[in-house]
Amino acid sequence: MAQLFSNFLNIDWSTQWPMVIMWIIGGVLIYLAVKKDMEPTLLLPMGFGAILVNLPFSGAVTQVGAEEGPIDVLFNAGIANELFPLLLFIGIGAMIDFGPLLSNPKMMLFGAAAQFGIFFTLSLASFLGFEIKDAASIAIIGAADGPTSIFVSQYFKSNYVGPIIIAAYSYMALVPIIQPAVIKICTTKKERLIRMPYKPKTVSKTTKILFPIIITMVAGIFAPKSVALVGFLMFGNLIRECGVLNSLSESAQHELANLVTLLLGLTVSTKMQWQYFLRWETLMIMGLGLVAFIFDTAGGVIFAKILNIFLKEKINPMVGAAGISAFPMSSRVVHKMGLEEDPQNFLLMHAAAANVSGQIASVVAGGLILTLIQV
Amino acid sequence: MFNVDALLKSLPIMGLGMLGIFIVIGLIMFIIWILGKAFPVKKDKQDN
Repeated sequence: MAQLFSNFLNIDWSTQWPMVIMWIIGGVLIYLAVKKDMEPTLLLPMGFGAILVNLPFSGAVTQVGAEEGPIDVLFNAGIANELFPLLLFIGIGAMIDFGPLLSNPKMMLFGAAAQFGIFFTLSLASFLGFEIKDAASIAIIGAADGPTSIFVSQYFKSNYVGPIIIAAYSYMALVPIIQPAVIKICTTKKERLIRMPYKPKTVSKTTKILFPIIITMVAGIFAPKSVALVGFLMFGNLIRECGVLNSLSESAQHELANLVTLLLGLTVSTKMQWQYFLRWETLMIMGLGLVAFIFDTAGGVIFAKILNIFLKEKINPMVGAAGISAFPMSSRVVHKMGLEEDPQNFLLMHAAAANVSGQIASVVAGGLILTLIQV
Repeated sequence: MFNVDALLKSLPIMGLGMLGIFIVIGLIMFIIWILGKAFPVKKDKQDN
C-alpha cells in the first residue's frame, strides 16, 4: 500500500509548493483559451503543458538520473534548432495574401515604423540590467509574431524563453485592448475622421509569383541571418500564389500550421517549469512586452502623422498602428475604430496592407537584431 | 540595478536597426514598383 503512495509521500512540499502556482497559471491559460478565445491554438497546449511539466517528478521532462523526458526530446528536436518556428512560417506564408500590399506599396512604410517598439524595448531592457542577448530576445516580443520571438530567443539561447513566448502570444491576443487605447492617446478626433478613398490597383500573377522569390534573395544578400525566417515565410507564399500547388497550400495553411502549433505549445512548456518561470524577471518581461506593443503602435501612428505634414492627400494615422505584425487582428481593430468615428470610413484595405507589411517588417527586424547583436 | 552603460551601448543598435528596416522596406517598395512596371496586368491578363 505504501508503495502506491510512495511518490506522493516523497514530495517535499516545503520546497515544491511553487509548482501549485504553475498549476494555477496553467489553469488560467486554459481558461483564457477556452472561455475568452485568446490564441487558443497556442495558449491551451501551453496551459496544459505548464501543468504537465510541473507535476512532482514529472516523467514528461527529464529528471535527474532518469531517461530524457518526451517534452525535452521534442524541444531539442524542434525548438532548440529553431525548426518548429520555421515550419510554422511556411503555413503563415501560405495564409497571407500580399495583394493589398502589392497594390498599395507605400503602406509598407508603416510596417517599418511600427517596429520601433522592438528597438525601444531593447534599450529599456538593457537599461534595466538584462544581458544584451536577453534584452534582444525580450525586445522581439514587439515583433508581435510568435515564431519570430521563438526563433530569436532560441538563437540567442536566452534564459527567458518561456516567459518571452507567453508574453508574445498573450499580447497578440490583447491587441484589441492595447491598440485602441494607444491610438486614442496619440491621435485627435479630427485625425481619426480622415477618410481614405480606396483605389485598388490590380496586380499581375507574375508579380505575385516573383515577389516572394525576389524578397528572399534580397533578404539573403543584405541580411543573411534573416534568410531562414524570410525564406520559409516566402516559400509558403510562393506555394499559395503559384497556382499549381493548391493542395500543398491548403495543407500548409491547415494541417502543417495546426500540427506545428500544437507541438510548439506543448513543447515550449518545458521552459515553464517553476524553477525557470517563477522569477521576478518574468514579471519584468511581461511589462517590457507591453511596452514593446505600446511603442510599436505609437511608432506607426506618429510616423503617419509626420507623413501627413508633407502629404496633400492625408493618411488616417490610425492606419499606422496596423503596421504591427499581429495579422489580421490589428487591421480589424483599426477598421472598427474608423467605423466608430465615421460609419462611412472604410479603412480595412489600407490597414490590411500595412498589417501584411508588418509581417514582413517584423521578420526583417528579427533578422536585423540577429545581425546587429553579436554573441 | 539600472545599467546606463548598457543603455548607451544599445542606442546605436536602436538607430541602426530602425535605419536598416527603412532601407530594406524601401528596397522592397522599389522592387514592387519595378515588378509592377515590368509585369503589368494587361500583359498576362490576370488580376488580383
